[in-house]
Amino acid sequence: MLRALGVDSVEELLVDLPTAVRLERLDLPPGLSELETAASLRRLAARNLVYEDRLCFRGGGVYRRFIPAAVQAVISRPEFATAYTPYQAEASQGTLQAIFEFQTLIAELTALDVANASLYDGATALAEAAMMAVVHTGRSEVVVVGHLHPEYEEVLRCYAAGRGFVVGSGLERISERTAAVLVQQPNFFGLLEDVEEVTELAHRRGALAVACVDPISLGLLAPPGEYGADIAVGEGQQLGLPPSFGGPHLGFVACRRELVRRLPGRLVGQTSDPRGRRGFVLTLTAREQHIRRERATSNICTNHSLCALAASVYLTYLGPEGLRRVAEVSFQRAHALAERLCALPGIEAAFPGRPFFNEFPVRMFHVEQRLRRLDEAGILGGLPVARWYPRRPELRDVVLFCCTEVNDPAALDLLVEVMSRA
Amino acid sequence: MTEPLSFEKSRAALDPPRLPEAGVSTPADLPKRWRRRHPPRLPRLSEPEILRHYHRLASMNYSASERFYPLGSCTMKYNPVLNEQLARLPGFADLHPYQDEETVQGALELMWRLERALCAITGMDRMALQPAAGAHGEWTALRIVQAYHRARGEERDQVLVPDSAHGTNPASAALCGFTVVEVRSGADGRVDVGDLRGKLSERVAALMLTNPNTLGLFERDILDIAELVHGVGAKLYYDGANLNALMGICRPGDMGFDAVHLNLHKTFATPHGGGGPGAGPVGVRAELVPFLPRPTVERDGDRFFFDHDRPASIGRVRSFYGNFGVLVRAFAYIVAMGGDGLTQASLDAVLAANYLRARLAGALDLPHPGPCMHEFVASARSLTSHGVRAVDLAKGLLDRGFYAPTVYFPLIVPEAVMIEPTETETRATLDAFADAVHDLVRTARERPEDLRARPAHLPVGRLDEVAAARRPVLRWTPAGADDAPP
Repeated sequence: MLRALGVDSVEELLVDLPTAVRLERLDLPPGLSELETAASLRRLAARNLVYEDRLCFRGGGVYRRFIPAAVQAVISRPEFATAYTPYQAEASQGTLQAIFEFQTLIAELTALDVANASLYDGATALAEAAMMAVVHTGRSEVVVVGHLHPEYEEVLRCYAAGRGFVVGSGLERISERTAAVLVQQPNFFGLLEDVEEVTELAHRRGALAVACVDPISLGLLAPPGEYGADIAVGEGQQLGLPPSFGGPHLGFVACRRELVRRLPGRLVGQTSDPRGRRGFVLTLTAREQHIRRERATSNICTNHSLCALAASVYLTYLGPEGLRRVAEVSFQRAHALAERLCALPGIEAAFPGRPFFNEFPVRMFHVEQRLRRLDEAGILGGLPVARWYPRRPELRDVVLFCCTEVNDPAALDLLVEVMSRA
Repeated sequence: MTEPLSFEKSRAALDPPRLPEAGVSTPADLPKRWRRRHPPRLPRLSEPEILRHYHRLASMNYSASERFYPLGSCTMKYNPVLNEQLARLPGFADLHPYQDEETVQGALELMWRLERALCAITGMDRMALQPAAGAHGEWTALRIVQAYHRARGEERDQVLVPDSAHGTNPASAALCGFTVVEVRSGADGRVDVGDLRGKLSERVAALMLTNPNTLGLFERDILDIAELVHGVGAKLYYDGANLNALMGICRPGDMGFDAVHLNLHKTFATPHGGGGPGAGPVGVRAELVPFLPRPTVERDGDRFFFDHDRPASIGRVRSFYGNFGVLVRAFAYIVAMGGDGLTQASLDAVLAANYLRARLAGALDLPHPGPCMHEFVASARSLTSHGVRAVDLAKGLLDRGFYAPTVYFPLIVPEAVMIEPTETETRATLDAFADAVHDLVRTARERPEDLRARPAHLPVGRLDEVAAARRPVLRWTPAGADDAPP
């Protein structure tokens, strides 16, 4: 190729680089063989402790769940994994139809009209929803009601500080200045919020109601569309994705049809070819950065398409009854565990009487000691919340436990047994 | 070939998949007011039907693993299959983000070492691994710059963006509350320094620059540009979309850039997934370090830990620590390539682009003199007199078994055809592609109607995007349902 270009080395092609910026040598170790690379990475992986999934009772936004083998079989297909964003529709019908199905699945799950192709995670999805509301209402304040995941709130505040809107909190803060009321269902502690009341209060003041939901819970719990929320967002990790130390996971957003042109990111729509055959294309792109530039609804470009594909396979595998079963098993096991834990001396429900789904807060003495003992038994115990609430002494000894279908009855027995050793 | 939707194949009478019983007894019951009233209309399919459905969909995609994918600005290089295996190791994939630090020392060490490697490549002092994608990284870097100016008591309200920039640049700036001011490109395709000088003032927070720019041209005035930008107290931001041209050749830090974002899913060979997930780490020079997102990963002797106590930090830009699974793949790529391999990759990428550019001379217009860096922009404007446009050429290429280059971008070149071959293609592939372009251009002149009817060999013919946007159908709805699509 050098000969064809009439040069002796690639150096001769780098004519525009000022010599002052030329790097003598990239200061990294020399390359390794595949064998050595694999060994090096395996050594790092071996320095991490992997808890058996049935012995993992820690959630806080990321949950161990059963992942059907079909999920990996599909997302490993290189035709999905190594394609780019489907700009050339005719050569990307697989990705496009899969996204169209994902949009439908999320719309059905949330009982709203439309959903987009995916966002990065639950936290950024919530921030995007807040910005949709700020633009839609022309108001510059959003109000958080109930215990929102502290990391989600921190992300929301980071977006707000840049974009220039205010984040308030508490029902009493809702006013005619409020663009959106944001509520997480179940909330960070796993407790159920009175979402119907929150939605009504928001609408009474002309604000949008945004629900941040757990998609598995929607097999059992009322979906945002049934209680009148305008926008639903959430974290889709539980739909077929491993915890992976926090990512990549899956953000989703769905809304009422009136808000569709405010949606961030990719949308796939149905159309046809000259012979009348159905096909799918990226559409309503006039909302997006590559067309609208600084007037776009969001800057998002690359999203989490392959994670959305995993979620589609997962939801299709379960079907409506399967999803409901997974939600019910999680609910029942969590409630059985809560009853047994709270019967132990020195452990009590942190918010007695508050209904929950599959994660619940307990207050206990000797948090660290008990968690250490669980750890010695190979159990990843509950999540202490104190680190997020340094100014809330009443939450100092509160620990969140979760149960899913992977925590079998024997695992529950073991947990309770270790916890009962005073 | 088309494939029905999963919803259309659904069989109402199908039994749900076998799942475990709860196996516990509890009197608890969910109160009715919280219960779902109408079940979601998810499809009911058996496992073999599901797999056949998705495998058939897979076969309707073009992908980089099976063919040339010269999509400009997207760096569709080979994604090493080893890295897929490594990311799935239970020691990575099964880690909970809230495990105690002592139990995730390998993960933290990987992040720490990846950060150092990216610093060595870019000449930055620290990197944040949290951002999930390129645009997310752009926005994060601008938030950092904004926080820096605010900490000095300055509320700068403008961000300068060249007219050749990716659309994400102005969108990210707007999302940070900045007013976007466009800087013109000169006739040579590079930033018009005179225009830049006239737009710089103490209102400017940053200039966002891609180098090589989206035309594949190195901004040869970069040192003067940096001096001008710094002269008004603004920061120079590096969009890393085109870093594949420069690894081991020169570093953004040495060119005067203060902040960078990288696309691990471009330069560092992690797969694009049909539109993500990617990762968009952000690097900064020392004076911006206090404002990085938290937590950072730190080292104390042999122990690695998260530092959450960073009072000047902009906070979090997403939950947890970033797209860790993507970080694992990128780290494996860097370890395997090494300093020598990464440098060779960039040199090879530049060579491939120049070779292909030379091969296409005579077929397409090349509006800017070469040599180019790792990509180049051609123009199909000479074909418009035959009624053929860049999009027709793109569709013709699809029929020849190639994915199409990026078309109609950058906006400053009419009928733009933006081509990035990457370093992982053979000369034979580049030649085959060039031959196809020459042949299609001949067709455009002799039988333009043939090109306008492309593609003809794909599952569907040319799709009507106008109709899709005019009456959007964004989801399946059951036949006879009253909830018509929006």
